[in-house]
Amino acid sequence: MADAGEPEGPERKDDIVKAKQEGKELTKEEKQRLRKEKKQQKKSKEKKDDKPSRDSEKEKKPASAASPAPQTPTQPPAQKAPSAAPAPVPVPASETPSAADKPAKSKAELKAERRARQEAERASKGKKGDVGPQAAPGKPKAPPSELQPVVKRLPEHVQVDNPEVLKKLAKKLERQQTPEYNAATKIPLRSDYGYKVSLFSHLHQYSRKAPLTQQLGIPSTVIHPAIVRLGLQYSQGIVAGSNARSVALLHAFKQVIRDYTTPPNEELSRDLVNRLKPYISFLNQCRPLSASMGNAIKYIKKEISNIPSQCKEEEAKRKLLNCIDCYINEKIVLAAKAIAKYSIEKISDGDVILVYGCSSLVNHILCEAFEKNRKFRVIVVDSRPRLEGREALRRLVQKGINCTYVLISAVSYILPEVSKVFLGAHALLANGYVMSRVGTSQIALVAKAFNVPVLVCCETYKFCERVQTDSFVSNELDDPDDLIVTRTGTTQLEHWQEVPSLGLLNLVYDVTPPDFVDLVITDLGMIPCTSVPVVLRVKNVDQ
Amino acid sequence: MPGPDKETDLTERIEAFLFDLNRGGSGAGPLRGSAETARETTALLRRITAQARWSSAGDLMEIIRNEGRRMTAAQPSETTVGNMIRRVLKIIREEYARSRGSSEEADQQESLHKLLTSGGVSDENFRQPFAALKPNVIEAINELLTELEGTTDNIAMQALEHIHSNEVIMTIGRSRTVEAFLKDAARKRKFHVIVAECAPFCQGHEMATSLSKAGIETTVITDAAIFAVMSRVNKVIIGTQTVLANGGLRAVNGTHTLALAAKHHSTPLIVCAPMFKLSPQFPNEEDTFHKFVSPHEVLPFTEGEILSKVNVHCPVFDYVPPELITLFISNIGGHAPSYIYRLMSELYHPEDHEL
Repeated sequence: MADAGEPEGPERKDDIVKAKQEGKELTKEEKQRLRKEKKQQKKSKEKKDDKPSRDSEKEKKPASAASPAPQTPTQPPAQKAPSAAPAPVPVPASETPSAADKPAKSKAELKAERRARQEAERASKGKKGDVGPQAAPGKPKAPPSELQPVVKRLPEHVQVDNPEVLKKLAKKLERQQTPEYNAATKIPLRSDYGYKVSLFSHLHQYSRKAPLTQQLGIPSTVIHPAIVRLGLQYSQGIVAGSNARSVALLHAFKQVIRDYTTPPNEELSRDLVNRLKPYISFLNQCRPLSASMGNAIKYIKKEISNIPSQCKEEEAKRKLLNCIDCYINEKIVLAAKAIAKYSIEKISDGDVILVYGCSSLVNHILCEAFEKNRKFRVIVVDSRPRLEGREALRRLVQKGINCTYVLISAVSYILPEVSKVFLGAHALLANGYVMSRVGTSQIALVAKAFNVPVLVCCETYKFCERVQTDSFVSNELDDPDDLIVTRTGTTQLEHWQEVPSLGLLNLVYDVTPPDFVDLVITDLGMIPCTSVPVVLRVKNVDQ
Repeated sequence: MPGPDKETDLTERIEAFLFDLNRGGSGAGPLRGSAETARETTALLRRITAQARWSSAGDLMEIIRNEGRRMTAAQPSETTVGNMIRRVLKIIREEYARSRGSSEEADQQESLHKLLTSGGVSDENFRQPFAALKPNVIEAINELLTELEGTTDNIAMQALEHIHSNEVIMTIGRSRTVEAFLKDAARKRKFHVIVAECAPFCQGHEMATSLSKAGIETTVITDAAIFAVMSRVNKVIIGTQTVLANGGLRAVNGTHTLALAAKHHSTPLIVCAPMFKLSPQFPNEEDTFHKFVSPHEVLPFTEGEILSKVNVHCPVFDYVPPELITLFISNIGGHAPSYIYRLMSELYHPEDHEL
C-alpha cells in the first residue's frame, strides 16, 4: 500500500482510465473479494494514521481490480493512481497529507504487517468473542477472513470498560457520513455520567439531562430530522416499551425512505443501507437498541438489499413502504390479536390476575378478555423509579376493570390472593431465559414460592439468538438521578455524587430463568420457555 | 403529701408514654427505635414498681398487667413493649420465688418430666408479702436496663466473626443494629454493601448515606432489582421488627422477597436481632399481624380520578418463615432458628404469654 501520492501528470490519468475500463469487466465474486481486501487495507490504514479515507478507497475499488491473484505487487502501483485522483473528488483536504505519509513504509514491511495481522485475527477468533486489537467490534458485518463467521462480535455497548473499543466507536462515528457532506457534521459520542457501580463498569450510564441531540449542530445534515426526533424521544423516555419503540422506528424509517433520492451512479439497494447506518448508530447512542428493534432493522436491511437493481426508484420505494407496513401489521398487530385469542382461553371467571408494570400486550389481552365478558379482577404491581404501573392502571380502570395497586415490596403480602400472573417480555433469549423489565424475575420467584402459575406473553419477532444467564453481562443502566426523587421531593441522596463511596444503581432489565415460567403465549401458540430455539430455527428456515 | 402527688405524677407519665406510642406508629418509619421503646418501657415499669401502691407480688403483677394491656393496645405492632412487660413479670416471679426460699429450679417451666411427676398445677397465688421484694425487683429491673443498653454493642462485637474481606453484603431498609454491625466490621475489613431502598418510605437511603460516610463502599438499588443482583451477593444481613415464637420474622415489607431470593441462590441470611425483640406470638395467632399505613404513600392523591376506583394497599410488615433464615445473631450470641423456642422459655413465663 505504498502510495507515491504525488500526481505526475498525464501518465496517472492514463492509468486511471485503464483501471476503470478494467473495472467494468470484473465479475461479482472478484468485486466481493476486492471489497474484502479493501476492508483489510482500511484496517491497517486505521492503525497507521487516524484520518478517515473512505472516499479514496472507493476510488481504489475499480483501480485495484486489475489482477486478482498476485495481489501485492500490483496493488501498490494501482493505488498510486487513485491517490492522485483525489483532486477532482470533493474529499477533505486532510486526505492528501495522509497519502503523502505512505511512501515512508516499504512494500515488504507492509506485506509482513498484513500477514501478522491476519494471524492475530485468526488467533483472536479462536477465543470466542475475544476482542483483539485487530477486531472491530463496532462493525455488524462478518469478518473478511477465511474462518467461518460462527464467533459473534461482542456489541460495543457491553465493552465500555475497554478503552480501545471506545476509541474504535469514536472513529466509526466519525466515518459514518455520506460522501457529500464534510467531516464536521458527524455523529457525536455520548459520554457517561456519574459514578458507575464497579460490577457494571462495562456498561454505559447516561444522564437524561444531557441528551445527544444537544451536541448536534444545526442544521444537522447527516441525520434525518425524523430520526433526530426519534432519538430524543427514546433518550427522554417519551417513547418506551419494546413494541412502541419498534413501531416508532419503523415509521421513522418510512419517512426516511420517502425522502430518499438515489444519488447518481449508485444503486438504491446498497446506498440506502449505507445511509441507514449512521442513523442506527445515532439511535444506539441515544438509547441502546432493543432486541425487537434489532430484528426489525435486520428485516429492513434484508428487504432493501433484495431490491433488484433494475427496479425504478419510485417502485422500489413503494415496495419498501409496503414491506414495512406488512411487517408492522403481521408481527405486531395481528400477533397481538392471536395472542389475545390464546390467552382468553386461560382466563376463567373469578380469576385474580397479577400484572407488573406496563406491557402493551398484556393490557391488550386484559381489555379483550373484559370485552368478552370474563369476570376477573386485576392487581397491578409497580416499582420505583419508573412507576410505569400507573399508566397500566389508568388504561385498565378506564375500561372498567376492577383493579388493585401495590408496590413490588408488598407482593408477598398480596400473592396469596392471586390465581395467575401475566407478564410481558422485552425479548426471549435462545436458552429460554426471559428478558424483561427489572423486577419481573422477582415476581416470578415469589409466585413460584406461592405456587401461582406464571404466564409470559411475547410476540415471535422479539425472539433473539442471544444467550444470557444473569442480569449483569448485558443490561442497560438508566440515569442514576432517578432514584433520588421520591413522592416527598428529593431524599438525602441528593448529593450522592459528593460522597466518594456511594453509588446508585438504576437497572432497566433483568432475566428470568425458565424454571420460574410456566407458559409462553406467542402468536404461534402456547409453548414452554425452552422451545424458543425451535421457533427461531423454524423462522430462519422460512426466511 | 408525697403519696397522691406521686400517684398523679405516675399516671401522668403513663399517659404521656401511651400518647407517644400512639403517635409513633403512624408510618413514615418509627419516630423512635425499638431499643429506645424498650428502655422507656422498662424505666416506666421500674417507676411503677417504686411508686405504685402494692403489698404483695400478686398485686404488683396485677397492676403491671393492667398497664401493660393498655400499652399494647395503644400500639399493637410495637411488640417490644409487650416483651418488656413479660420480662418484668418473669423477674417478679423469680424474686418472689427466691424470697420464699424455694429454689429457682422448682419453679422452672414445665418439662415433660415435671408434667408427669408433679401432678397438678402449683398453687402459687403470690399473696405473701415480703419486705425485701421491692428493692430486689427494682435491682433486677436495673440489671435489665443495663443489659438493654449494651445490646447493640454486644451484637456489633460479633461482626468480625461473620464478615470476611471483599464480601458483598446485602441489606434492606434501615436497621440501627445492622448499621452498627457493619460499621464495626468496616474498621478492620474492606467489603461492599448493597442496600435495597425499601419503598415507599425509602429508609434504605438513610442507611446508605450513613454507611458511606463511614467509608464503606455502598450501592443503593431499587426493590425491583433485588433478585437481579442477588447472584453476586455473598451474605444477606438484615434487621427485623420482631422475632416470632416459631423462629420466623416480622420484618419490613420486601424482606420476604429478599429471603426467597437468598434461598434461591443459597446465600446465607443472617438476622441481627437483640433479645428484647423476641416475642411469644405466633404468626397466625392474631389478625393484627399486618399493619397498614396510608395508601397515599403508594398512589398519591394527585393521581385524581382513578383513585376512587382503585384499591390501594400499603402494608408495613412481611412475614418471613423460619426455613429461609440461616442464623440469628443476638446479644447473647448466635443461634439457629430452631433454637428460638428455648430462648423464649428462658425469658418469659408461659402464663404471661397472654397479658
